[in-house]
Amino acid sequence: MSGHATPEEIRKETRIYLMVFAGLAVLTAVTVAVSYLHLSIGMAVLVALFIASIKGFLVAGYFMHLLSEKKLIYGVLMLTVFFFAVLLWGPWHHHYDTFGR
Amino acid sequence: MDAHAHAAHGHGELEIPFNVHPRPDTGLYNAKLGIWLFLASEVMLFGALFSSLILLRTGVENWPHGWKLLNVPLATLNTFVLISSSVTVVLAWASLRLGDLRKGKIYLALTLLCALIFMVVKAFEYGSKFSHHIHPSTDNFYAIYFTMTGLHGLHVLGGMVVFAYFLGPGAKMWQTEPARFTNRIEVCGLYWHFVDLVWIFLFPTLYLL
Amino acid sequence: MAPKRQLRVGTQWLYVDEAEKLLREAIRIQEEEEKKRHGGHPQSWIRRYVFSTDHKWIGLQYGFTALLFLLFGFSLMLLMRLQLAWPNKAFGILKVLGETAAPGGVMLPETYNQLGAMHGTIMVFLAIVPLAVGAFGNYVVPLQIGAPDMAFPKLNMASYWCYLPGGLLMLGSFFAPGGAANSGWTSYPPLSVIATQGQTWWLLGMVFLITSSLLGSVNFIVTIIQLRAKGMTFMRFPFFVWAQLVTSFLLLLAFPPLEAAAILQLMDRVAGTSFFMPSGLVVSGNVLANAGGGNPLLWQHLFWFLAHPEVYVLILPAMGIVAEVLANNTRKPLWGYRSMVGAAVFLGFMSFVVWAHHMFLTGMGTVISAFFQTTTMIISIPSVIILTAMFMSLWGGSIRFNTPMLFALAFLPMFGIGGLTGLPLGLAASDIHLHDTYYVIGHFHYVVAPGTIFALFAGIYYWFPKVTGRMLNEFWGKVHFWLSLIFINGVFAPMFYQGLAGISRRLYDGGAQYAHANPAFKSNVLMTVSAWCLLAAQVPFIVNFFWNVFMAVLGKRNAGPNPWQATTLDWAATTSPPLAHGNFDVMPVVYRGPYEYSLPGHEFDYLPQHVEVPEAPPPGGGMLPEAVAVARREA
Repeated sequence: MSGHATPEEIRKETRIYLMVFAGLAVLTAVTVAVSYLHLSIGMAVLVALFIASIKGFLVAGYFMHLLSEKKLIYGVLMLTVFFFAVLLWGPWHHHYDTFGR
Repeated sequence: MDAHAHAAHGHGELEIPFNVHPRPDTGLYNAKLGIWLFLASEVMLFGALFSSLILLRTGVENWPHGWKLLNVPLATLNTFVLISSSVTVVLAWASLRLGDLRKGKIYLALTLLCALIFMVVKAFEYGSKFSHHIHPSTDNFYAIYFTMTGLHGLHVLGGMVVFAYFLGPGAKMWQTEPARFTNRIEVCGLYWHFVDLVWIFLFPTLYLL
Repeated sequence: MAPKRQLRVGTQWLYVDEAEKLLREAIRIQEEEEKKRHGGHPQSWIRRYVFSTDHKWIGLQYGFTALLFLLFGFSLMLLMRLQLAWPNKAFGILKVLGETAAPGGVMLPETYNQLGAMHGTIMVFLAIVPLAVGAFGNYVVPLQIGAPDMAFPKLNMASYWCYLPGGLLMLGSFFAPGGAANSGWTSYPPLSVIATQGQTWWLLGMVFLITSSLLGSVNFIVTIIQLRAKGMTFMRFPFFVWAQLVTSFLLLLAFPPLEAAAILQLMDRVAGTSFFMPSGLVVSGNVLANAGGGNPLLWQHLFWFLAHPEVYVLILPAMGIVAEVLANNTRKPLWGYRSMVGAAVFLGFMSFVVWAHHMFLTGMGTVISAFFQTTTMIISIPSVIILTAMFMSLWGGSIRFNTPMLFALAFLPMFGIGGLTGLPLGLAASDIHLHDTYYVIGHFHYVVAPGTIFALFAGIYYWFPKVTGRMLNEFWGKVHFWLSLIFINGVFAPMFYQGLAGISRRLYDGGAQYAHANPAFKSNVLMTVSAWCLLAAQVPFIVNFFWNVFMAVLGKRNAGPNPWQATTLDWAATTSPPLAHGNFDVMPVVYRGPYEYSLPGHEFDYLPQHVEVPEAPPPGGGMLPEAVAVARREA
């Protein structure tokens, strides 16, 4: 059993799960509503990613218990996030090049 | 003698340490570390596809708006469905920790139901595109749309197979090793939350931008 | 009165009669457990040998399969080399390719391309990695960390059974209409997208292989971190374990982008998408009817994001094996163990940010080229640290020149040549001249062939007695070594000259048509002759290997559990540890680092990791550093 929690603690956690659910539902409605504003593409991307990140944080932090997870898991994830960033940046770096312009 | 021999179990299965109880110095049981490592690799898989999307999108002058071409209300419904399924699976795990198999199985069944609804809605979305003669080959927007939602859908399907197993023959483990069974549900839950997490980013990227 | 004899058992001193009683009790319990365990129904043959979940048997499955693929991949190259030395000449042996691929025994250019693409693919993905990681990793790592098996035995079995179908799909592609994949092991689009059906088989095969790899890497990491024995801290790991740990992280995080890319290329080929297909592409005079808007460079980025860490997957386990063999045969600890560990970890990390040095000539631009050139230069540092530490480990050693040691020693200069020749490739300016020439082929073959493969041979000769209880024949081992060393250099050394002279790679006639290639082209004959002699040089090894396996199966052992007098835990396990029963009768506890050779004051020149040394040595007593520490003392 991962973590020996008392029934009372588990019930408390359950309340948190339901609150997170409510938060996710609200944020989903917000992100869809914002899309109807048809913001400029730059703003739209920023707002959408911002809201998605908060939702992601809630799912990862509370549902996946990352907020109370062990150091080793954090370490693996930090490494992964770094390489993920490199993978995202790599292919479209041609924007940085000024040769020939 | 104070040296312990790790003999095999009665079932002929070798006993692997830290399968159920965490190893003291890492604080983890094996499958917990295993699933997080697997999820790290999945981050790189979907990351590569997001990276491809960015490259393709920034490589052309005109990239269509998702909200013009795709069914936003249906996908919003799907988002709520998937978020609900994340709640039900974590409640399933909580019930099992409290020793309540019946409630645990009910929540697992609800998770499976939500996943099924998601796939049905998705089938409807795809079907409506195909009936309008829109295929992945139509253009790169649809290509990346079908590929990313398709791969995500395959992951949903995989999750459904695993949940069905744990509702069915897999539940037998509760009788002999309830703690190990609970751990397995926790590990499946982590996978399922990840599937939800991918959709949380996929939905706005494809449908709302 | 005569003193009562005492025996040291585990951490206690017992009188002889007490010890005997305990021993009888232990035997009784073991027999009872044995009966309970099997309960009258032993594992079926299929469960035990086909779908085994024992890491040792799975390791052997990987080993045999990979060695077969290695031989097959080598054979493809031998056929290619006939064409390179004597272009468009008929050879009887080429008739084995069939009339369509080699009419009248003359190899067609298309066939050459297939052989080339498949040679690379098979060697990298079906031979070397499964051998280095699947075979050696699986067999040795749990033993070296004192674990009963891998963390997820069933997953281990699944990973082998994803590898084999993937490999068979790859082989089967030769029979597809149009033959096997022929767009290089790198499968660059648009060529690979418009290529024949074999390419689709290649992509599907890759999906299986990548899955196998992912399952394996999760297993290795969890096993190494969670299942190490008591007292086995990270800095007491044999270097081989560190190498496998870093390798597993590379496989875990770098393979998925290639999986994504394979899916995208499959979509392009099968569903008509244009992920990699630019608009307005003209093929054979016709404009392609697809939607366009795709980017061929996208494939290259995703492919090389994996393929660069992949080359470190090819070399790290080999460095691990060499480290073990060197320490053991110099009878002294590895020099700079901590630096080697740090270098290995840093190497693994850096390997993710150098990939575009394979793309200097794609027109990416100078800013990005400068970035990747810098990271590439930086990554040469940890390699040099590891190689230097290995060289320094020889200094002052009491060197035993047995066969594994010869291969390990040869690895050092061969990898050195391979590494050094990589430098002008990593610098963008010189790469302009050398990219896509034979210089590149020479560079990477030096690292993998007389580099990694020699290390793998060292490993086979080294661990053979642990697996089988027999030593491979020393004389024939040395014949195998010397002939291989000479001929392998004969194959690859001229390639640097050819590359500098400007001969491009993947030319089906080896450059015969080009005037500028003329003088260097003549080396092809020497290289081909060397390659076929290299094949002949493997015969002593193959015979030696199978003869001794056969003898071992008959039960004729000639080696004890620790014939090399090694210190690591793998040599504490019994010879050929039994399947599905755990590896150690008594789980070891680790007291010291992995290379305590020639410890000052110790009677023997090696002190195994798991042997507990009592505080005060008994008067006049000796220590047998075998499986259980036993010492006699007179009370």
